[in-house]
Amino acid sequence: MQLGRVLFGALVAIGYFSSLSLAQIKIGVAEALTGNAAQYGVPIRKGFDLAVSEINGSGGINGQKIELVIEDEQGKKEEAINVFKKLIFQDKVLLLFGPTLSNSAQASDPVAQGAKVVVFGTSNTADGITSIGNFVFRNSVTEADIVPVTLKIAAQKTGLKKVAVLYGNDDIFTKSGYDNFKKALEALKIPVTTTETFAKGDVDFKPQLTKIKSSNPDAVVLSALIAEGAPAMVQSRQLGITLPFIGGNGMNSPKLFDLAKDNSDNLWVGSPWSIENPAAENKRFISAYQKAQNALPDQFAAQAYDAMYIVVQALKKVKLTGKLEVDRGALRDALPAAQITGATGAFKFRQATGKDGKPAGYDAVQTAIVMMTKGNQYVIQLNEATSRAGSTPRP
Amino acid sequence: MHAQQLVNAISLGGVYALFALGFTLIFGVLNVVNLAHGAMFMLGAYTALQAVLFFKLPLAVAVLAAIVVTAGAGWLLDRFIFAPLRARQAPHLAPMIATIGLAISLNSTIQGLFGAENLRFPVHGLAAEGLRLGDVQITWLELQIILLAFLLMAVLLWWLMRTRMGTALRALAESRKAAALLGIDVEGLFRLTSVIASLLGGVAGVLIALYTNAVFPQMGQPMLHKGIAVVILGGMGDIRGALLGGFFLGCAEVFSVAYVGSTMRDAVAFGLLFAILLLRPQGLFGKAAQRRA
Repeated sequence: MQLGRVLFGALVAIGYFSSLSLAQIKIGVAEALTGNAAQYGVPIRKGFDLAVSEINGSGGINGQKIELVIEDEQGKKEEAINVFKKLIFQDKVLLLFGPTLSNSAQASDPVAQGAKVVVFGTSNTADGITSIGNFVFRNSVTEADIVPVTLKIAAQKTGLKKVAVLYGNDDIFTKSGYDNFKKALEALKIPVTTTETFAKGDVDFKPQLTKIKSSNPDAVVLSALIAEGAPAMVQSRQLGITLPFIGGNGMNSPKLFDLAKDNSDNLWVGSPWSIENPAAENKRFISAYQKAQNALPDQFAAQAYDAMYIVVQALKKVKLTGKLEVDRGALRDALPAAQITGATGAFKFRQATGKDGKPAGYDAVQTAIVMMTKGNQYVIQLNEATSRAGSTPRP
Repeated sequence: MHAQQLVNAISLGGVYALFALGFTLIFGVLNVVNLAHGAMFMLGAYTALQAVLFFKLPLAVAVLAAIVVTAGAGWLLDRFIFAPLRARQAPHLAPMIATIGLAISLNSTIQGLFGAENLRFPVHGLAAEGLRLGDVQITWLELQIILLAFLLMAVLLWWLMRTRMGTALRALAESRKAAALLGIDVEGLFRLTSVIASLLGGVAGVLIALYTNAVFPQMGQPMLHKGIAVVILGGMGDIRGALLGGFFLGCAEVFSVAYVGSTMRDAVAFGLLFAILLLRPQGLFGKAAQRRA
């Protein structure tokens, strides 16, 4: 009997020799590494690389090392679907990260949901991504959570009474940022003097800005990506508009200080991550990243780095059997309970509801850091995490 | 506000006119819709940017570098694309399709070399500082763009109307066969036109990159769409038309933002364009069934 068990065990071990003795946990990465979205996808990949080299360097997970299978989805829907299928069915990954853009996630995440594989987005912020199903996770904080805090703090500190709004109306990200600003402005009862729009690829914002100037607001709310947002700020300063700007997540990038050098002051943005955040975990991440990449990290690298550690947390609690379907399911069941404190601060999941009203995937619960630009850098104005722990509670 | 919007309109119009000059020249003489003009524009901007960032050259020298590189590109464009197609008497859509291919290759090459993200020139006094007249703000750069658009148009017109070479060029635009019979160096003139048009595109690229603070591989695309509209409005191939069309489009865009609303900008601007073309299908300066240089 005893012998039989041993023999059986040995047989199983031999049967899985090829996969188990190599002791690799395969994780797929589908990000935009070329094309326009590569400016986000490349730092994301570097964040994963850094986390994996740290984890494998310190012995892996229960003795097993992580192997990344990296594919380029080019920031395109069709390509994201192809790459997802390859990673899931051909490479047989345990879990996959990506894709870079919300647009692509809408198209490709249902593939992972259908195959019952966890898909983990680190940069998808549009509404509705996690309503696709219960295998869809993300640690990217949505603008719906960040924008109201940013606006409230900016209003408190600058004493603004009325604002003008400028946003890109032909891009899903900047448009949904505008919708969130609109909701938050209504909630705070801040009147809007004028709402102006621009289109992707526009280079001249002076007509809109001139109109904004003549409507006499106290601040300008700007929902734009850095490519249009930075020139808009420069041109507004050229027109003599010295008002504060309040930006969405798209404006939280150190690129601003290249593209709007010396015209970048007085922009308010909110994010769970700041390069200026002095928390120990963040400082450790920044110096490790700098050492590995010889460049400063951005929010996208930080979120990818943290995402890997969130998954590792869950993996430590899962007993891998070598049966792909079982392991994929077990990892999904373990993931919602994962909690870490990483470069982007304290993190845990919150279940989202699907289109049918039933529980679906998982969104991030994180605290916001509100920053203002000054002298070509971000200066922290409020860190929810530390202000809550502080002795004087805020209203 | 009205005065400022007028200044905005004229400087935006100058930008469009500057872009359209080279575009219309190639059409007028070579009878080619050069869809690579946007890529030349981008090439000029990147050349100057690299000259400033990498070789640390002053801006004036960087502009010269951009002129040299885009002129060279223009020479190659005619030597390896337009000339072989002319020699084979390809239908007139063939060179247009070839220029689409060239534009894609140039964009991809630049993106491969320098990345997809936005770059900009280091800040300098020219673009940042300016004049203040009452409520109106105008930067030196905007003034230069407006003046340069007029100056280049004047020089081109003088060259076409008053010099022997210009006369030859106009004869060529009128009829290639007749020009060849008169002993005009047809091939040489074609090549020269391609060179001049391309370097005009390159100079426009540098100035507009300075004006808008944005250099990226696809920067020529939106400009190309507007450029085509400007050239059709002005009358295909007409130099004065390119300038006037540019200012018209600039004004239409700015004033639709100012008085109708920014969401309606393109609808109003292109609606007006459509209305004008209904009244004058040949464009403002075009003459029906006749080509001009």
